[in-house]
Amino acid sequence: MADEVKLFGMWASPYSRRVELALKLKGITYDYIEEDLSNKSSLLLKYNPVHQKIPVLVHNGKSISESLVILEYIDETWRNNPVLLPRDPYERSMARFWAKFIDEKILITTRKISFTTGKEQEQAMEELSEQLKLLENELKGKPYFAGEAIGYLDIVVANFLVFWFRNLQEALGINMFTKERFPIIFEWIEKVTTMDVVEVCRIPKERHLVYIRTRLEAIKSASR
Amino acid sequence: MEGAVVLLDFWPSMFGMRTRVALAEKQIKYEYKEEDLRNKSELLLQMNPVLKKIPVLIHNGKPVCESLIQVQYIDEVWNDRAPLLPSDPYKRATARFWADFVDKKIYDLGAKVWKTKGEEQETAKKEFIESLKLLEGELGDKTYFGGENLGFVDVALIPFYSWFYAYEKCGNFSIEAECPKLIAWAKRCMQKESVAKSLPDQEKVYEFLLQMKKIFGIE
Repeated sequence: MADEVKLFGMWASPYSRRVELALKLKGITYDYIEEDLSNKSSLLLKYNPVHQKIPVLVHNGKSISESLVILEYIDETWRNNPVLLPRDPYERSMARFWAKFIDEKILITTRKISFTTGKEQEQAMEELSEQLKLLENELKGKPYFAGEAIGYLDIVVANFLVFWFRNLQEALGINMFTKERFPIIFEWIEKVTTMDVVEVCRIPKERHLVYIRTRLEAIKSASR
Repeated sequence: MEGAVVLLDFWPSMFGMRTRVALAEKQIKYEYKEEDLRNKSELLLQMNPVLKKIPVLIHNGKPVCESLIQVQYIDEVWNDRAPLLPSDPYKRATARFWADFVDKKIYDLGAKVWKTKGEEQETAKKEFIESLKLLEGELGDKTYFGGENLGFVDVALIPFYSWFYAYEKCGNFSIEAECPKLIAWAKRCMQKESVAKSLPDQEKVYEFLLQMKKIFGIE
């Protein structure tokens, strides 16, 4: 039976893009459905009734939600190369730890940076700098976060930092994530962005800058 | 597989309890080290420098942090007994989804129930019960979330049962009245030695909570 794979996603979401990258790396054919988050489709609500969020992967009619859960599902279902998660349980636990750290801790810090100014924003940027340094340590002695080849953590970092955060910092008019400050990460960025499959998943920059600025403005005026 | 196992923990932590249950289910011998969170040990700071939190599972000198990551690690290393995750990828994804749901909802909403009063507390109670009801729906008619045996979601959720009495006293409500099936499930879990010996007494947890409220100046 032919596999039917659908992805409900959103073009500006690093979570959605990370699933796309995983599917493309594995060579999986899928139908992509772009969701308008201000007017969610009844299919999305049917497939993810609990959180009503994207991304949602639907494989032969069965839905999987939460991007990191989806990544593991993809790796366990399509066992061809590249194998995304490390085979060793300890390495696997480290990859999961750092992905969680990015999605929880680093995300919170980027929000602080987005919604504060002056001293508070400076402190948040300092905090992010420390967090990124910790992440950079994970690359030492390895060409990729996953080891010899691109994997789970590379997918998460590429989408969050390279595609999403670099645009966010430009939209905010700050420039803290630089080659000078994070040489090892930037060396890794050079490597991953030479892969066509990675570039194809890049959030289109100009459109993204407009999107970020509009959203930030909307959130700020809503809280006034 | 064999090798020294140490757990840095704090007795009322629901997160630590998850790892305790997993270790007990797999019948793994380990050294339990109680941490004083106001005076964290050198070992804790060395083993979890990033987050400085318990629980920390140390296996052959290497630390694994974050409770659900620890439970998966335990399941993958000691893979010859008492499987916590099913083998089917879709069932695994479903289990991970609901364990993640417990992480996203139950802890924070439970905390709001005991930390707040008035309108805020009423909203927290309502959302807390709604989340438990969703979990009840996922449980359905199964004995455990894992089916016939304890699984990943059971391990993720059952520690919160030791805090239910404390939440009920603070929020002046009955969880059993709203979610009888879930309480029935919890009581079934408590029949298991691995759970009973890993969870503290509900009264002790409530006493601990009252002390915490005093320290934080919460009425």
